[in-house]
Amino acid sequence: MANPAKKSGINWSKHSQLVLPLLSILLIVIFNLIRDPSFFSVEVAKNNVGNTVLTGNLISILNGASELAILAMGMTLVTAACGGQDISVGALAAIAGSMFVKVLRAGQITMGTIALGFLACCAVAIVFGAFNGTLVSVFKIQPMIATLVLFTCGRSIAYWINGGATPTVESPLINAIGSFIPGIPIPTPILIVIVVGIIFALLFKFTTLGLYTQTVGINQRAARLNGINTVGIKLLSFMILGVCCAVAGCIGVSRLGLINHETLLLEIEMDAILAVAIGGNALSGGKFKVASSVLGAYAIQALTITLYAMKVPSTAVKAYKAIVIILIVVIGSPVVKQFFSSLRAKLAAGKQGKEAA
Amino acid sequence: MKKFVAMLLVLIMALTACVAMAEADVITVGIVNNPPSESGYREANVKDFESVFTPENGYEVKTFYSLKNDEQLAAAQQFITDGVDYLLISAAETTGWDEVLAAAQEAGIGVFLFDRMIAVDESLYNAAVVSDMANQGTLAVEWLKGLGLEAYNIIHIQGAMGSDAQLGRTGALDAQVAAADNWKLVVQQTATWDEAEAKKITESVINSGEDFNIIYAENDGMAKGAVAALDEAGITHGKDGKVIVMGFDCNRWALREVLAGNWNYDGQCSPFQAQVISDMIQKLEAGETLDTKLVISEETYFEAGVITEEDIATYGLGE
Repeated sequence: MANPAKKSGINWSKHSQLVLPLLSILLIVIFNLIRDPSFFSVEVAKNNVGNTVLTGNLISILNGASELAILAMGMTLVTAACGGQDISVGALAAIAGSMFVKVLRAGQITMGTIALGFLACCAVAIVFGAFNGTLVSVFKIQPMIATLVLFTCGRSIAYWINGGATPTVESPLINAIGSFIPGIPIPTPILIVIVVGIIFALLFKFTTLGLYTQTVGINQRAARLNGINTVGIKLLSFMILGVCCAVAGCIGVSRLGLINHETLLLEIEMDAILAVAIGGNALSGGKFKVASSVLGAYAIQALTITLYAMKVPSTAVKAYKAIVIILIVVIGSPVVKQFFSSLRAKLAAGKQGKEAA
Repeated sequence: MKKFVAMLLVLIMALTACVAMAEADVITVGIVNNPPSESGYREANVKDFESVFTPENGYEVKTFYSLKNDEQLAAAQQFITDGVDYLLISAAETTGWDEVLAAAQEAGIGVFLFDRMIAVDESLYNAAVVSDMANQGTLAVEWLKGLGLEAYNIIHIQGAMGSDAQLGRTGALDAQVAAADNWKLVVQQTATWDEAEAKKITESVINSGEDFNIIYAENDGMAKGAVAALDEAGITHGKDGKVIVMGFDCNRWALREVLAGNWNYDGQCSPFQAQVISDMIQKLEAGETLDTKLVISEETYFEAGVITEEDIATYGLGE
């Protein structure tokens, strides 16, 4: 999206970053089709509220990955600008979700209070994002260490906001956000991902955010000498990630109508970083592709759902996930990439040699 | 002016006398517990102790909350140094407590364990007041058996593996499934007390098209997650539904689901141990001896169609 068009590059090389996540998804799809041809079948059902809805593994994957996809978008930006990752996104989402619940429980749940609650939790998340961002950009602390602070204390803060273990919020409106809007058969979280994705795309198309972020990530000094406010860009990336956390937190809360600050989006930070990595983005910053990270997020979720469908004990799921991840990351590593490109070059040279002879 | 000073002096003296008198009767207790943020259970547990061990009831209380065993150990050691009369402990882990408890005994400090047992010789504590998790599992399975269904196809969603609650609540079900031919676990997965994970597990079974008629979730939150999946797929549940929903802990919101008939069963896990311990302390203070080392909290369950608003008010946790 934000890639400056390579003048000499051919079309596919511009999108070559998409190859790895697409390949991973393709592998999982083929594996599942062999295992169970009906795995991806989508069925139409009537849910208990009386709405006509779509169900099936495909919907489960797309729906379940929503929070992860949104967080992966923000994480890509932070990674690109700062060359490091934010490990506090799960904790921050818990804080934002708690804030959302706090506002909703203050009065009647209406469209107005939901909007107010969302704005409040965005504001809180932006403040905390700015806190992380300040530590990273002004005090030049490594992102992982800087965000370790919030990672450690975030869920306690979330607890203080509500002062209760699992406060609940019941309303058809909340249900519409977390599950289905009456009349629309697609789960709402999927629609929210699409909206967030469009906002990101517009941001990159109509502002210089993408270009500046990439510049800061590649060479900070050069960026500064060219008049780019490097501190501002890094700070901004963390604040945008904050908003992503707020959206993810609200979805998480709305799905179940309850907030459990200890388990909401637990360990999602690792999956979000992984999504960025599977998306082929350099974890040391610089060039990036948000769409690629989103595909990475869906690949991770597809893998999880597959393992559940195979009834792998969920305690063992992480181990299986690790194996697949090692494979994917090694295939995408510079060493292997170089090996393949040199192999290709050799083959091409051999061909030319033969033709010449 | 003189009058004022004199009055002030009298007031101060009176106050001092009061304090001195109070001190004579006051019993100092050091409470080591897990933080109230841990769960709805813990929140109710902490509140219970706060309401019983008060200055009005003649107690001076020092509390320390942590999920970490080593921090709890250090705090207990500090309480011993401070010279408390009694030490009340809900340990994060069952091991590592021998030395501290021996030190307490040497200092003549009474020790009570609550909620969780510690793996030490029983001579090192005065009494333990705990829940019997295995009994909770047995109660639930017996209730389920009593329904007399033709087939029991169960989605079993477990808590954090290895925790006391998980072991107890899983044990009874596993035994019954092994013993009866018409009992089958469609899936047995841990969601580690995570509501969203419970929903995903249930969703995957629904998507696979396998038949099931019971959800046995080892806490309320996970039962709620599973029910969310049923609702989205249009599968009826509860008193008049296709799927029987069972949870544990008796959060107030969960009991309301049972009252509304959306769930069938909620097993109690009693967090109320403070009064029992306070009574035992008073006994010891009066020079009597305790009858028993182990007090098991009496626990019950609630089912749809039987539960009343009054039950929710009395036994419900949280709001």
